[in-house]
Amino acid sequence: MELRSPTDIVQEYLLAIQEYTTLSMQAVANLVRRPRYLNETLMQADSIGVGSLPVVIMTGFSIGAVLALQSSNTLQRFGSLSLTGQLVSLTMVRELGPVLSGLMVSGRNSSGMASELGSMKVTEQIDAMRALGTDPTKKLVTPRLIAATFMLLILTIIADLVGLGGGWLVARLALGLDSNQYWSTAWQSLQFPDVFMGLTKPLLFGFIIGSIGCYYGLSAKGGTQGVGRATTQAVVAASVLIVVIDFFYTKLLMVFMHVH
Amino acid sequence: MSLLTTPTPGAAVPETVHKTIVFDHVSIAFDEKVVLDDVSFELTRGETKMLLGVLGSGKSTILKMVIGLVQPDRGDIYLLGHHVNAMKEEELFDLRRQVGMVFQESALFDSLTVRENVAYRLIEESVEPTEVEQRVREALRFVELEHTIDQFPSELSGGMRRRVAIARAIISHPEVLLYDSPTAGLDPVTSTTIIELLVKQRDVYHTSALMVTHRLPDCFTMASHYFDEKENRMEPIPPGSHILAPSSFLMLRDGKIIFDGSVHDLVNSSDEYIREYIA
Repeated sequence: MELRSPTDIVQEYLLAIQEYTTLSMQAVANLVRRPRYLNETLMQADSIGVGSLPVVIMTGFSIGAVLALQSSNTLQRFGSLSLTGQLVSLTMVRELGPVLSGLMVSGRNSSGMASELGSMKVTEQIDAMRALGTDPTKKLVTPRLIAATFMLLILTIIADLVGLGGGWLVARLALGLDSNQYWSTAWQSLQFPDVFMGLTKPLLFGFIIGSIGCYYGLSAKGGTQGVGRATTQAVVAASVLIVVIDFFYTKLLMVFMHVH
Repeated sequence: MSLLTTPTPGAAVPETVHKTIVFDHVSIAFDEKVVLDDVSFELTRGETKMLLGVLGSGKSTILKMVIGLVQPDRGDIYLLGHHVNAMKEEELFDLRRQVGMVFQESALFDSLTVRENVAYRLIEESVEPTEVEQRVREALRFVELEHTIDQFPSELSGGMRRRVAIARAIISHPEVLLYDSPTAGLDPVTSTTIIELLVKQRDVYHTSALMVTHRLPDCFTMASHYFDEKENRMEPIPPGSHILAPSSFLMLRDGKIIFDGSVHDLVNSSDEYIREYIA
């Protein structure tokens, strides 16, 4: 294997960041430029939203249920088992709903976008599109970005609700808690900053999934092997970015919105 | 050749309007490997110029540079009077609509049917569906593939895909056509069918074209045949006839042009490399 100098590696990373930023900015600027591809956006929304629904429902339900189960032991020790609803609700809405939905959708869709656009790139279909007078960022990137951003928001809301349902099932059947008590503590504990955090995170993560998937797809080179590499890199980069940005965004909101 | 006027991006440059394509001292390198070195040539209106050279000599790069898919490191490129490498990508999309390009591997959109592929440009321009259907059928009839209209590219043979790509390129009646090895890897019969289509496009619609090819027999067929509209087929130009087959040849070697002229000049060239190439 050829050894590369650290300068080359840093240069390559900086170039990739520059290209990614340019592509993302172009895709956002396309929101106010014509033509707009409504059909493509709806098709992507269907593929990302409806297609990811089963996996998000299963994940959300299981996490809500296991959260209630795991926390019951600790809560019981402090005589606070009645707070199970509050714990599940805050954790799901603020953290686990957005992050886990983001990771699930990232695994399914950023890879899908990277492989689809990557295949188009290596078979010159992207060049053909440009030669035919169509801007690939308008036709391919912007619709995926819009669809991923808004569909992840909806999927996260569904995951939160299903997670609360999973927690309720465990609280009712395994912990013997009263349903009213569970739902009232779950509902009352949620304040505006919690909901704001829980609803803005998926917008951020959806943008990451769409832009990273498209960026790696459009940068693919080297035939089918290159497409495979782009697909893997897209999933890894999107997942890592979601987890890292989640930490900083949470900290930022905690400081500015005085959330505890 | 030197074009001294400072071009305005997007605006037609008067000195180049009467030419279809002008390359003015163009150079490009990929990863420090020089692919084109100070290349200059012109394509006049209605002419078909065939680009010859060994693999990796920069022929396909020239085609991509014509419509701004690849930007040169140095030099100027003019297409229909527009200074291509001074234009932004956004401005180039309008100019590219006047050009049809046939890619080496066809580059058909594999998730679209033949109808949708051929109609792609018209759909993007929001042409009426009835007119789209009529023009798609007309273009497919031209390449004799009307029966494949509802099929997907994966269901077609290599030669058929190449012909669909030609139909997609000609549907908007472009002023310029760029063919990247349209007969590569095809059997002689299919190759002749495709060359006949290119001759028909040249002689019936008088479209200017740049054609990259490795197949010399195809080049000589293009230069020595014309399209007989009455008989609806390609015929050899009879000796002593005044029928024109506006074709020329351009040969590249190590990034430089070593020949730019007619078929007559090519076959009578005293250059050893050229003689070996055409032997």
